[in-house]
Amino acid sequence: MTTPPIATTAPAPGEPGTTGAASAPGRIEGRSLGRIAWTRFKRDKAAMTGGVVVILLVLLAVLAKPIEAVFGLDPNVPHSDLLDPNLGGLPLGSFGGMSLDHPLGIDPLQGRDLLARLIEGSWVSLLVAFGATVLSNTLGTVLGVVAGYYGGWVDTVISRVMDTFLAFPLLLFAISISATLQGGAFGLHGLPLHIAVLIFVIGFFNWPYMGRIVRGQTLSLREREFVFAARSLGARGPLILFKELLPNLVGPILVYSTLLIPTNILFEAALSFLGVGIQAPQASWGGMMNDAITYYQVDTSYLVIPGLAIFLTVLAFNLLGDGLRDALDPRSN
Amino acid sequence: MTDTQPAAVPSPTPSPERDPQRAPLLKVTDLVRHFPIKGGGVLRRKVGAVRAVDGISFAVHPGETLGVVGESGCGKSTMGRLVTRLDEPTGGTVEFEGRDITHLGAAAMRPLRRDIQIVFQDPYSSLNPRHTVGTIVGAPFKLQKVATEHGVKRAVQDLLELCGLNPEHYNRYPHEFSGGQRQRIGIARALALKPKMIVADEPVSALDVSIQAQVVNLLDDLQRELGLTYLIIAHDLSVVRHVSDRVAVMYLGKIVEVADRDTLYSRPAHPYTTALLSAVPVPDPRRKERRVGAAPGEGGGRILLTGDVPSPINPPSGCRFRTRCWKAQEICAEQEPLLELLSPGQQVACHFPENQQSPENQVTTP
Ligand SMILES: Nc1ncnc2c1ncn2[C@@H]1O[C@H](COP(=O)(O)OP(=O)(O)OP(=O)(O)O)[C@@H](O)[C@H]1O
Ligand code: SF4
Ligand SMILES: [Mg+2]
Repeated sequence: MTTPPIATTAPAPGEPGTTGAASAPGRIEGRSLGRIAWTRFKRDKAAMTGGVVVILLVLLAVLAKPIEAVFGLDPNVPHSDLLDPNLGGLPLGSFGGMSLDHPLGIDPLQGRDLLARLIEGSWVSLLVAFGATVLSNTLGTVLGVVAGYYGGWVDTVISRVMDTFLAFPLLLFAISISATLQGGAFGLHGLPLHIAVLIFVIGFFNWPYMGRIVRGQTLSLREREFVFAARSLGARGPLILFKELLPNLVGPILVYSTLLIPTNILFEAALSFLGVGIQAPQASWGGMMNDAITYYQVDTSYLVIPGLAIFLTVLAFNLLGDGLRDALDPRSN
Repeated sequence: MTDTQPAAVPSPTPSPERDPQRAPLLKVTDLVRHFPIKGGGVLRRKVGAVRAVDGISFAVHPGETLGVVGESGCGKSTMGRLVTRLDEPTGGTVEFEGRDITHLGAAAMRPLRRDIQIVFQDPYSSLNPRHTVGTIVGAPFKLQKVATEHGVKRAVQDLLELCGLNPEHYNRYPHEFSGGQRQRIGIARALALKPKMIVADEPVSALDVSIQAQVVNLLDDLQRELGLTYLIIAHDLSVVRHVSDRVAVMYLGKIVEVADRDTLYSRPAHPYTTALLSAVPVPDPRRKERRVGAAPGEGGGRILLTGDVPSPINPPSGCRFRTRCWKAQEICAEQEPLLELLSPGQQVACHFPENQQSPENQVTTP
């Protein structure tokens, strides 16, 4: 009975009732659900593409500063010599001043390198989107699972709070809070403060979406007999929540998170576009679009470049999220 | 272990419930569970109730198996959850080993959980898909902080072996097993703490017919080996026939008949039992003889129940079975028949019981 679990290449002799005995070596290991999901995921071309793009984007964002240093890119250095004062500060040359030195051109008036700004903007945009997603999904998961499992008045109170949050005029709040905190708060100033405010505003007011999803899932999970089984063994509420229910919610949470990140990227862009997010001169994708809006009639490329970056990011995350949902769905095969 | 336990069925006393020496292990009195129906609107006021369990009484004695049979929706699972205290009764009492556990809190219930365990109806939902078999069957030891002689892993493997599973499958996930194997895993989990009593809620109804017998036999063997007491729920009489000492028949939240196994199958007294019996397929040709002799239904033919089961929200007045009963009279709508002793070892709730020897009790059907 105590076969040593060594990975011998010899097949297990006569393992009764072991389905994969012939193919599996001596060690008998369950094919975990994660492994099965990965097998399915690998077959999904669109999802794999999305996943690769997401990984590249994250690498770009994390390595933004080193990349800028290595390639000598600086998002905030003006190149006024490349601007044409006769045209009101538009870049010299065609296509927004594209050249070998500035592959994506330079921006009007200030002449800053757009590639550098795009790379610099990536970490700001992704950090805000990730931060806000983590915040809203943590809040949503905890409150949703508690509401769904305990039900009764706990559920009623949490559900009403969710409704209230969803009815909240988010934009007004964002504008007023960033105006109030202009001078600094919690020991934060400048960029860190702006990022923190964005994460808070986006994350704190979006948790009810996650909360509703998790609550719904929990409502159906808690009627599953394994929850009764845990209770019949004397398991306490928190243990049931974290050991029995939460592992079954990881899939939906993961899927919804990958779908929420692009929404939050758009949110960051919108808020920065409205001037209440990241402040100049710091580059962010939303901010770049804000800068471009005055010139879109002269040269659309200023709008297209950050727009395309946002579009590709959103698309990649959505493809990844859809693929994850299919891969983790126990009904699909 | 087995020899300290009294024999499962004491043959000299045909009905265990009237043996004064044997205190019941589980005693249920007037048990009620109504699920409130909330209306719409903000206040969600109670507008009615699903009377899932509506006043049932029975007792289970040590070493005995009580089968509980009834159609889908008659409140069997609810009853199972009430006696295992997974649900709070609306009324009545549940006593375990003479102790009233009806309203014990979760903390007070915890030590008792070792003694009374439950095997669930759906093997696909009773095992957490995200846990390995080792985690699932080992959970009782961890939750109840029970020390094991050679470690939890060894204890789990012993349990798997006891239930006819490969102990090496410790690391596998539930989805890698068939329904029958999953049910065995569920049984192994229920046995981990060496309970005195096991409530099995339709342990085989989700399984293929060919597998059903294997699982029922496993339960039977385990009872003999470990001296267990069973409350086995089923939706047809054929499943529990083999394993039960006594059988209770439920209809719409009520027990309509309780009797010793042989009495119930040979001389069913309640028309509903008769109807259920006539629907029982005869799997074993050797038993066919007895069955024909029993002559379910007056003519010995098959009785087909017509009409739907009435709603447990608004059950019929008087006898709940009267809307489908071919013997119903006026009194059946006016007076609720009480569960009364008909003959030794047989209680029935019917104004005009079947298979009566004395002619004055026999009422001719119109
Ligand atoms: N939590 C609940 N809330 C409201 N009604 C419920 C609840 N649980 C059960 N019921 C109702 O109580 C009645 C009895 O249900 P129960 O599950 O006990 O039936 P059952 O005899 O086990 O049926 P089955 O053979 O289908 O398992 C049904 O009408 C059901 O709809
Ligand atoms: S009491 Fe009347 S209606 Fe009910 S089962 Fe008996 S005969 Fe039928
Ligand atoms: Mg049931």
